[in-house]
Amino acid sequence: MRNVFLFIRRYFTFISFVLLQVFALSMLFRYNKYHRAVFLGKANELTGYVNSQYDNVDNYFHLKEENLRIHKMNDSLLNLLPGNFVKVDTGSHVITDTVGFDTLHLVRKYLAKEAKVVSNSINSQKNYFQINRGSKQGIKDNMAVINSDGSVAGQVVGVSENFSQVMSLLNVHSTVSAMMKKSRNTGRIEWDGQSPLYLILKNIPKSDSVLRGDTVLTGINSFNYPPGWMIGTVTDIVEDRSTNFYVLRVKPSANFQNLQQVFVIENLQRDEQVELDKTTQKKVDELNKRKQ
Amino acid sequence: MNDVVRNIFRFVFFILLQVYLLDNIPPLHRFIIPVIYFLFILWLPFAISRFWLLIIGFLTGLSYDYFTVTPGLHAAACVLIAYFRPFIVNILIPKDTSEFNYSEPSAKAMGWAPYAVYVFALSLLHHGYLLLLEWLDVGNFLDFLVKVVSTTAISMLLIFTAEILFPRRLKYRTNTA
Repeated sequence: MRNVFLFIRRYFTFISFVLLQVFALSMLFRYNKYHRAVFLGKANELTGYVNSQYDNVDNYFHLKEENLRIHKMNDSLLNLLPGNFVKVDTGSHVITDTVGFDTLHLVRKYLAKEAKVVSNSINSQKNYFQINRGSKQGIKDNMAVINSDGSVAGQVVGVSENFSQVMSLLNVHSTVSAMMKKSRNTGRIEWDGQSPLYLILKNIPKSDSVLRGDTVLTGINSFNYPPGWMIGTVTDIVEDRSTNFYVLRVKPSANFQNLQQVFVIENLQRDEQVELDKTTQKKVDELNKRKQ
Repeated sequence: MNDVVRNIFRFVFFILLQVYLLDNIPPLHRFIIPVIYFLFILWLPFAISRFWLLIIGFLTGLSYDYFTVTPGLHAAACVLIAYFRPFIVNILIPKDTSEFNYSEPSAKAMGWAPYAVYVFALSLLHHGYLLLLEWLDVGNFLDFLVKVVSTTAISMLLIFTAEILFPRRLKYRTNTA
């Protein structure tokens, strides 16, 4: 017995070395076999904590490439979007009928073409947005633009081959003929350039019994806008003391911040109307000259 | 600084350096594997008892193992070099631990040539044993041999770079102290 103790004392280091080796190797081979190890659960908590602390810092160094990767991913997904495949034409055609009117004696006056807003602004005094249809698709100046939900958005003011610039209602130069839905009294919609949430309706006579929440539609006096499309609802009624008219604050029904799909509406008889207007004016002028 | 405190800091530093820096180096080649954490064991004081050297070696290897999730692999290799360290020191410089003028193995304490041999022998042992264990699991023999040579060379390079770039401030000990 004494010899055993002496042996152990003599070879203590070697024995502990062998024991530790056996322990380490058994850990290694047991882990490989059963995928578990002594203290691995607890150790994982600790290494996980240290790793996450490190990752908190390390994260920042990968943000750039991560961003790039996400950007590339977005790019590849973006290219799959149906919105990329643009119809060159809208599928709506004007067919010149030799008869001039259809069997129901109706002549088409307004023609709608769909379009997509490609850029938009609401923060300036003169807000314009751009749509992906141009002269090649038959867009001309002064066409009305209506939001996908049928509320008035603006009017085309500039046309290129494939894109058009549209003056939004939120533009201090914009004037749209309007009428009250109830009374059919006409006025005009303008914007004071202040809050993009409200438009101003002028020229509604005080004889009209305007209430809050009354609907404002596009008027019949316009060559550009088809009548009867919704502009908004009255939110504030101010009596202009110097005149016989109200100044009404109107909340537009179009959400100008996220205009996406829009319709461009063409007045097919506009040229005729404008021409008639001009010749009438000329004739009146000539009459006046003759009188003098 | 106290030896114990200094070595605790060193331990944490080497493990973190290995786990977060060297293990994250973009792969240059499959034979180029930078390993330096075992330098902690090489730098332990001369005066440490052989038993504690084994225990510390085991813990060092195990700590690193838990980060790489290979429990036992590095622990076994570290225990091996911890066991052989005193022998190699004795062969290279047959002195009693109290006769060294510096407390830790270094080029200054041992001279460049014996220190280089010391580092080389322990690196070779560490990588040889480590890669042998890996090879037993999976791998082919030629890869094993090339890897032993290449990793030992890389480790030697790293250790000597560290020695030259970051010289340890070691106190000169006299017998009276």
